[in-house]
Amino acid sequence: MKVSKCKGMVDLLPLDMTKFRHIEQVFRDSCLKRGYDEIRTPTLEYLHLFTASGTLTPDMLGRVYSFLDWDGWSGERVVLRPDGTIPAVRLYLEKLESDKITKLFYVENTFTFEETGSERRERWQCGAELIGSSEPLADVELMLLATEVLRELGIGPLMVRLSHAGLIKTLLAELGLGAAEQTEIFDRVLEGDIKALGAIKTDNAELERALALLLDVKGISPEFVGNVRALLGKALPNFEPSLNDLASITEMLSAMDCPYEIDITSGRGFEYYTGIMFQFYSSTERVGGGGRYDDLIPLVGGPPIPASGFALYVDRLMDMLKMEAISYQRVLVKPLASDMSVLKTSLETARLLREAGYITELDLGQEKPSGYRWLLSMPKHGLFQLVDQVTGKKSKASSQAEVLKIMEESN
Amino acid sequence: MKLALPKGRLLQDTAALLEKAGLGLTGYNESARSYRPTSTKFSDLFPKVFQEKDIPIQVAIGNYDLGICGLDWVEELLAKYPSGDLVKVGELGYGKNDLYVVASRYAGVSSVGEINNGFEKVRIVSEYQNLAELFALRQRLRRFSILPIWGAAEVYPPESAELAIIAEASVGSFAKYDLVPLARILMSKAVLIANRNSLAKAAMSKLLTYIRTTEAVTEEESPMPIVMGGRLKKLPKDDSVIRLALPDGHQQRPTMEFLKEAGIGIRGYSEPLKTRRPAIDMNGTSVKVIRPQDMPSQVANENFDLAVTGEDWLKDHLYRFPSSPAKKILGLGFGRVTIVAVVSEDLPINDVNQLRNQVGRLLVTVRVASEYVNIADKYARDNHLERYKIIPTWGASEAFLPEDADLLIENTETGKTLSKHKLRVIETLFKSSACLIGSNSALSDPIKRGRIEHIIKIMEETAKRG
Repeated sequence: MKVSKCKGMVDLLPLDMTKFRHIEQVFRDSCLKRGYDEIRTPTLEYLHLFTASGTLTPDMLGRVYSFLDWDGWSGERVVLRPDGTIPAVRLYLEKLESDKITKLFYVENTFTFEETGSERRERWQCGAELIGSSEPLADVELMLLATEVLRELGIGPLMVRLSHAGLIKTLLAELGLGAAEQTEIFDRVLEGDIKALGAIKTDNAELERALALLLDVKGISPEFVGNVRALLGKALPNFEPSLNDLASITEMLSAMDCPYEIDITSGRGFEYYTGIMFQFYSSTERVGGGGRYDDLIPLVGGPPIPASGFALYVDRLMDMLKMEAISYQRVLVKPLASDMSVLKTSLETARLLREAGYITELDLGQEKPSGYRWLLSMPKHGLFQLVDQVTGKKSKASSQAEVLKIMEESN
Repeated sequence: MKLALPKGRLLQDTAALLEKAGLGLTGYNESARSYRPTSTKFSDLFPKVFQEKDIPIQVAIGNYDLGICGLDWVEELLAKYPSGDLVKVGELGYGKNDLYVVASRYAGVSSVGEINNGFEKVRIVSEYQNLAELFALRQRLRRFSILPIWGAAEVYPPESAELAIIAEASVGSFAKYDLVPLARILMSKAVLIANRNSLAKAAMSKLLTYIRTTEAVTEEESPMPIVMGGRLKKLPKDDSVIRLALPDGHQQRPTMEFLKEAGIGIRGYSEPLKTRRPAIDMNGTSVKVIRPQDMPSQVANENFDLAVTGEDWLKDHLYRFPSSPAKKILGLGFGRVTIVAVVSEDLPINDVNQLRNQVGRLLVTVRVASEYVNIADKYARDNHLERYKIIPTWGASEAFLPEDADLLIENTETGKTLSKHKLRVIETLFKSSACLIGSNSALSDPIKRGRIEHIIKIMEETAKRG
């Protein structure tokens, strides 16, 4: 019986880690350049942070890893972080709250139980939160940040699918549904039930026409929002704020040539969304998502501060990332004698080569050295011997400087 | 074919059902001392008797092909582990035991919808901790804690919990506890359950024909029955009253005798137990009778100032929660037991090293059964039983060996029961007897300290004499 990893958990192998770090680096650089600050929240949080209504959907709450901590005799549970945004908001309220705009980002794992164990139960995400602005420009900035990261990673063709939590909530209210039913249908949309909205019947002709348009047509310009507005007519003023918001956002996205599609059934994720919801797709694969969550900070006990954010799904990006075989210039330094002077020269040479940017290892008894561009042998007397594994060319050098020169000339 | 049968509540009706079915079982009745009845009709049938609560897990993990127990315990298992191999075959038509969410009449709430506004933080006590958590999540309770208990849930509200989830045959029974039912979350009867893989491949048709289920298990909407009674005003809380917990079960009789010896008069704490809130002749002290297993966590949570429990249960609690404020104040000297590690006499194992070597050589998983989950876990950990799993039991643990567990951590008074079940003690873990426990905060409370010290002094003198 071999010892194996836990069901639903994933090992990241050397190539996976190379991809992981590459994604992380591109994301971090893009965030830092825009003035976002990095944070990291703890893996364990109190369960009650997530149980308030309007945070996680009941389906998500039913799949969290909750348990009693070593001091949990009161029966109050802790949870392995199931989401990145709510802990970030908790951290903001506990440590950072101010009247300024706060921009935060993080690379964190989240844990969600999945029954079969064939999918990941631990997932990694690159998340960004923009706290303190209610402007559509803030949402657009987040979308542009995400698409820029995806483009730099070579992920594409990109498509941003837009939905609007405010619009859906107004729709459900105008359709005359009770509060519990509104929440239930909104949750079903968020959990991916694209038929949830279509099944609702209404006697209101304006509403019916507008709903049909929203469900049947995927808008690709701000004009679509105008068309919806025309069908709704002046009789339904409650839709105005959401439609204005959607119009401003799509105008800006069009101006920036960001490809998008308005699809109200596309919203995914969290009950805490209040405004625009955006999902990032590469072809049919969803690689990230986010939205505006103006009510979340008050829900977890803070003042009414608006906020918006997104997360990119690192695991999916790793699967899609095409990385050329890593073309590092690796060197293996092999001392041919074990006396101190040879070892000293070998170690010093290795250090100089590293300083010059080569990945340099000392031969510790590899049987068949592979994966190295250069093999450098250090004899007790006489010249250094250098073999270029790519061309098979053998050279001799009398000094470290000469070794470096040969290597550089070969590139 | 292996069949798990319930002890206790469902025993009589189940025995009658099997009798009618013509299984020809001998040794399955209230007075039987064995856990292994035999069938004269089916020579390949191996029935075994369990605590009802243990049966769903035994069937789900495939130790038993078929089982009979209440739907409540099936749903309790499925609430946390929905993807297991347990199939509900059908209802058996007896053993009604519905699950209700209840609050005290004095709590000021009368429906589920009022819970979030009625309480800032909701403590829920229940023997059904998974169903309790499911209820709390579905109701979107904002801040809650679940206190799993061994029993006596009805005595917790309002002082020690806001809500309790309790199984009762009829909704009318709550009035006598001053409880108001807020919701019925499950309608439960005895059910026949089967292991999915057994159903898929084993020949069980005969047995399934003999044990007739009346109908399929249905997930019906369960409307709340209307209850008369209504709510009362909240009671004023008196912070100076000392709250003392006394045990039921095996420890009740010696505790009664100890209190008598100490000259402490108490009315209603008798066998059989008439009330869980007996009156004590001691000013400013209130008494509740709960399970000794539940006392350490109740004291840690400041629901009680003092409690009479066993050192074994305190230890089990402290192994799980090392920084818990519950601590032993005084040894009372009665209720002496020894906690031992036990294997079947059939195994050629005399000590834990031999067990460990056996495990290492065969690369098997040791199944450790115990009522003391945390003591058992620590024992297995400390002795490096490489692969082990803890099987929590709710009594009658000695029946688990040898088929359903390899090692048992159990208490024994004289060792007679162990040898009767052909079990061998391989190690003595520790000796345990009754003790008085309390928490630091109660002991340092300026208002209560005097009275608490008085009670401790009386008990200390009695223990010395005893």
